[in-house]
Amino acid sequence: MKILNLIKLAIRALQRNKLRALLTMLGIIIGVASVITMMSIGEGSKQSINASLASMGSNMITIQPYSNEPGGARIMGSSLKTLTIRDVEAIQKNAPDVALISPLASSGGQSINGANNWPTTIQGVSPDYLEIRKVVVKEGIMFSDQEVRSFAKVCLLGKTVVDNLFPNGDDPIGKVIRFGKTPFQVIGVLVPKGTSNFGQDQDDIIIAPYTTVQKRIQSTIYFGSIYASAITESASDAAVTQISAILRDTHHLRDNQDNDFQVRTQAELMTMMNSTSSMMTALLTAVASISLLIGGIGIMNIMYVSVTERTREIGLRMSIGARGIDILLQFLIEAVMISITGGVIGVLLGITAAIVIPSMLNWPTVISESSIVISFMVCAITGIFFGYYPALKASRLDPIEALHYE
Amino acid sequence: MTGKKILEIQNVKREFVMGDQIVRALKGVSFDVNAGEFLTIMGSSGSGKTTLLNMLGCLDKPTEGSYILDGVNVKELSRDQLARMRNTKIGFVFQAYNLLPRTTALENVELPLLYNPTISTKERKERAIAALKAVKLDDRFDHTPNQLSGGQQQRVAIARALVNEPVMILADEATGNLDTRTSYEIMSLMQELNQNGKTIIFVTHEPDIASFTNRTVMLKDGRVLKDTANPNPRSAKTALAELPVSDDY
Repeated sequence: MKILNLIKLAIRALQRNKLRALLTMLGIIIGVASVITMMSIGEGSKQSINASLASMGSNMITIQPYSNEPGGARIMGSSLKTLTIRDVEAIQKNAPDVALISPLASSGGQSINGANNWPTTIQGVSPDYLEIRKVVVKEGIMFSDQEVRSFAKVCLLGKTVVDNLFPNGDDPIGKVIRFGKTPFQVIGVLVPKGTSNFGQDQDDIIIAPYTTVQKRIQSTIYFGSIYASAITESASDAAVTQISAILRDTHHLRDNQDNDFQVRTQAELMTMMNSTSSMMTALLTAVASISLLIGGIGIMNIMYVSVTERTREIGLRMSIGARGIDILLQFLIEAVMISITGGVIGVLLGITAAIVIPSMLNWPTVISESSIVISFMVCAITGIFFGYYPALKASRLDPIEALHYE
Repeated sequence: MTGKKILEIQNVKREFVMGDQIVRALKGVSFDVNAGEFLTIMGSSGSGKTTLLNMLGCLDKPTEGSYILDGVNVKELSRDQLARMRNTKIGFVFQAYNLLPRTTALENVELPLLYNPTISTKERKERAIAALKAVKLDDRFDHTPNQLSGGQQQRVAIARALVNEPVMILADEATGNLDTRTSYEIMSLMQELNQNGKTIIFVTHEPDIASFTNRTVMLKDGRVLKDTANPNPRSAKTALAELPVSDDY
């Protein structure tokens, strides 16, 4: 029989048992829809992580204190006291692949403007910080190296801080606010960056010279971390090596001593973050694939029932000239039709879910064409694989027995 | 009414193995059929007539002996070649009609041609319409089997047997499910087809039906008991006219 006629025949057979066909498809529909949804969530989170890391500067290098002393209480890296301005200056002078560098002295506290106050974080940095972290001044100006050296009490505000300290919409520039007990004159406002991938409000900050923050607020000479940027992204690894060597030297570490700091590039961070999300995606996809498998078994089951029910029809078709291959194809195409129709519905559902999820759960999703193509192909293969044995059984029936089957 | 030989059956034997026993259903059957004959194969149950019918219909092959259908030795054919023979040379009519449910009369009649790739969609439809006209059902193309009476269903089945222009029509107790009047109507149709040159082999156990045909082969215990010609078959049309009206309620 011609393939076109076989397809018509299969459509007709499915139309006769609409509910049964739909129920059989359900496994495939759920399987395909969840594979596509999971993969689009995975792809979406991967892309948004990459985008936000890139927005931080793809050649950014982070230096943090780090302790790997065996025994004793481990303490948080950022509260260790190892990084000082000497380290910053040494790196600036001796690391050729480091373009920019800024220490970060960060401290939490209450910011106050008249009757308004807001709990926020003050970041003591040097002017290079803006360039390294891709922060842009929206209005006003950044403080200068001169102001850093003179412990100037000037600051720039993030949008969240502006909104909370100046609820009436007053221009904050030129005003004096207080952070804790220290007064700061506002000299600039930052362009909003929005929420980071980790759920942090990146606009809830005040930027001030690190000298002022260290002296007036923290009363310390140590930094929680140092940010640097390599001259190019590909020079990152060389820069890391140079920084490590310089810091080992300034910290007077002997050869058998471990580093008391940690140097990380964005690329490392990216790999780390992506490996988590890839693992989640793989896991979810595996679970979804299992439902696809179960859907396939459902098809096999219903095809066996169908072959048994239609034994007399098979006998008749054989007696009027159908060959084994004709019967085989008839049932195989029916099985493939079920799985492909299920696949199409599943793809549509999956795409719908991928479109709806971001607005409902605020998860980013990206529909990848490959996930659609793959799940569609898996569907067709499922149909052929699970439809083959029932179809083979049908094609091997003895026409005489099949004709007289009750 | 003799034409060329279309069936040659030479000492055909068929044995089945049932567990450790061998059942001999046919113990050596020989007869020929010429084109244009209207033949009845009769016999009680267990006489081997079903086995012979399956063989004639290329559904089964003889264990021994030769069966030549339209010049082809059936014994040497493969499964697919047998299917091809059934598709092009034989038209089956069954006792239980065996129409596809929820499928129109026209589509049921088209079915054998669907398995013949040399026939186009257009030709298939034309031939199916012609076949339905030949069995006088030209007003029932779109009816499904459950909308047709038993006699009409059997006529659709006969149209399906005619549509591939077979060398012979093989009817297996074709009137077995029908009342006397409808049986006579079917026999009248068969006689008409035979007069138009169709070779028909009718398998039955009713002597009444055999009287309408021009030759009877009687089987018993797997052998031919009698092979008698009937030069003056009854006319089914006349028999139909003679039926008392009360028979039809």
